[in-house]
Amino acid sequence: MALTLDDVKRVAHLARIAITDEEAQSTQSQLAGIFKLIGEMEAVDVSTIAPMSHAQDVVQRLREDRVTEPSDPEHRQRFQAVAPQTEAGLYLVPRVIE
Amino acid sequence: MLHATLKQLSDGLTSGKFSSVEVTQYFIKRINDLNKSLNCFISVDAERSLAQARAADALRAAGNAQRLTGVPLAQKDIFCARGWLTTCGSKMLSNFVSPYDAHVIERFNAAGAVNLGKTNMDEFAMGSSNETSFYGPVRNPWDRERVPGGSSGGSAAAVAARLAPAATGTDTGGSIRQPAALTGICGLKPTYGLVSRYGMIAFASSLDQGGPMARTAEDLGLMLNVMAGFDTRDSTSLQRDTEDYNRDLTKPLAGLRVGLPKEFFAAGASADVIKAVEGAVAEYRKLGGEIVDVSLPNMALSVPVYYVLAPAEASSNLSRFDGVRYGYRTSDYGNLAEMYEKTRAEGFGAEVKRRILIGAYVLSHGYYDAYYIRAQKLRRLIAQDFVEAFKTCDVIMGPTSPSTAFKIGEKSGDPVQMYLSDIYTIAVNLAGLPGMSIPCGFDSGGLPVGLQIIGNYFSEARMLNVAHQYQLATDWHVKMPPGCEAFKS
Repeated sequence: MALTLDDVKRVAHLARIAITDEEAQSTQSQLAGIFKLIGEMEAVDVSTIAPMSHAQDVVQRLREDRVTEPSDPEHRQRFQAVAPQTEAGLYLVPRVIE
Repeated sequence: MLHATLKQLSDGLTSGKFSSVEVTQYFIKRINDLNKSLNCFISVDAERSLAQARAADALRAAGNAQRLTGVPLAQKDIFCARGWLTTCGSKMLSNFVSPYDAHVIERFNAAGAVNLGKTNMDEFAMGSSNETSFYGPVRNPWDRERVPGGSSGGSAAAVAARLAPAATGTDTGGSIRQPAALTGICGLKPTYGLVSRYGMIAFASSLDQGGPMARTAEDLGLMLNVMAGFDTRDSTSLQRDTEDYNRDLTKPLAGLRVGLPKEFFAAGASADVIKAVEGAVAEYRKLGGEIVDVSLPNMALSVPVYYVLAPAEASSNLSRFDGVRYGYRTSDYGNLAEMYEKTRAEGFGAEVKRRILIGAYVLSHGYYDAYYIRAQKLRRLIAQDFVEAFKTCDVIMGPTSPSTAFKIGEKSGDPVQMYLSDIYTIAVNLAGLPGMSIPCGFDSGGLPVGLQIIGNYFSEARMLNVAHQYQLATDWHVKMPPGCEAFKS
């Protein structure tokens, strides 16, 4: 399953990473080598094995559905101080709905 | 103070031989003098460190000191620390002053430890050489033309060069153990779930685990005693009784069953590495160990499996970097989609983008079963190999890395070659087992070799015992890189 140039551009779009034609080409050749390595997985019959998603087979712990962070303006201010653009406690992004 | 271990610094603070301010000033001076040539630290803030040191001295004066009160430690720049620039080695977070503390940082603060600074690392912990850092490569103190390993290379080099008595690291596929091996120090990746991941910037959440890096096994235990513990804010944090990881240090090793997987000693590792590791095994035999042959037949699959699972998790985790709530945002954009795409194209480095693309691909429609599910099934096979092996042995030993430190630039153009440098460490993360690296000799060029010790789940105390007894009988761990003794000025 070799990656085509279109595959590279498609996943770059899925991942929301701008990519030039030149970058897509060099990425394609690097990914080809990596997917050759990944292809070694095909040597094993896995039909009878259950997938393992977690190192300890533990049950996902759930918590009560309630707000745990303080909601005071100071707390919000502290977290928004690191945002690129805010106004009146809101995060600013380009207009989405005209 | 130069050669003092964490334990000795702690003892000196207890007996009043020196104050935390004095110890902290000493290491800040060493950082100021040597960091330019090694590039171990991304951020140093002497005022902030000294304020912590003064508070630690006051705590001690009031009779409220704990074991690590007043000792200075370096923190890998993956751990969020309130008020500190926390970059994760990336341009994406080059302006991120964390508004909160990671669980690990909270624990060290509560213990009264001093934060000496934030150490350099591969960008988002993706790398085995520290060359992917936005802040430039860290240099190996043993040979400054060589890499210190990665991704916790800044922490490793800082401890090796005595710029910090100990440091934190994180290990997703070998990122504590491999740099520890390449710089001649000790590093421990605990059992998955022992150390909370809260505030530890996520790479591959089912594999990421924080752990200590230091010069002795005993110091690793002192740090792990603070770092380990249940935390509700990490959904995979394990609820267990508190233990003293140094409780078994002095136990003799008679009867210890040391498993040697034949796959670790087959073609692949350099002759010098194998020779040093065999020397260590011979030492363990002298200490009463009994050698058992074991096999990990699926180990070769661990690298391909890892390069499906880790990028898949990374592509999901790193989707949070969108230029909206924190971090870098591109300066020139029209609509929202363009803002996302340019922010991420400019904010991430080449290796991080590569892994995000691999992850997005293996998770995309039509490929999910062929890659992601298949990799998860093989992960189980790899983990079961260890379960089988531990039926006949107490610890598994082998090389940490197939080679000693390689030259800066030597592998950076070939991702597959770089990925294969973690061939001996990745399987341990996939299985969720604890693993450590301790120094066990040098190659013909004078570069350190690491012995990897893999334990069964939750056997950290036993592993530290095994490492400590070796360090009582040998002196590889006290060797210091040449040229680090004196201040330059």
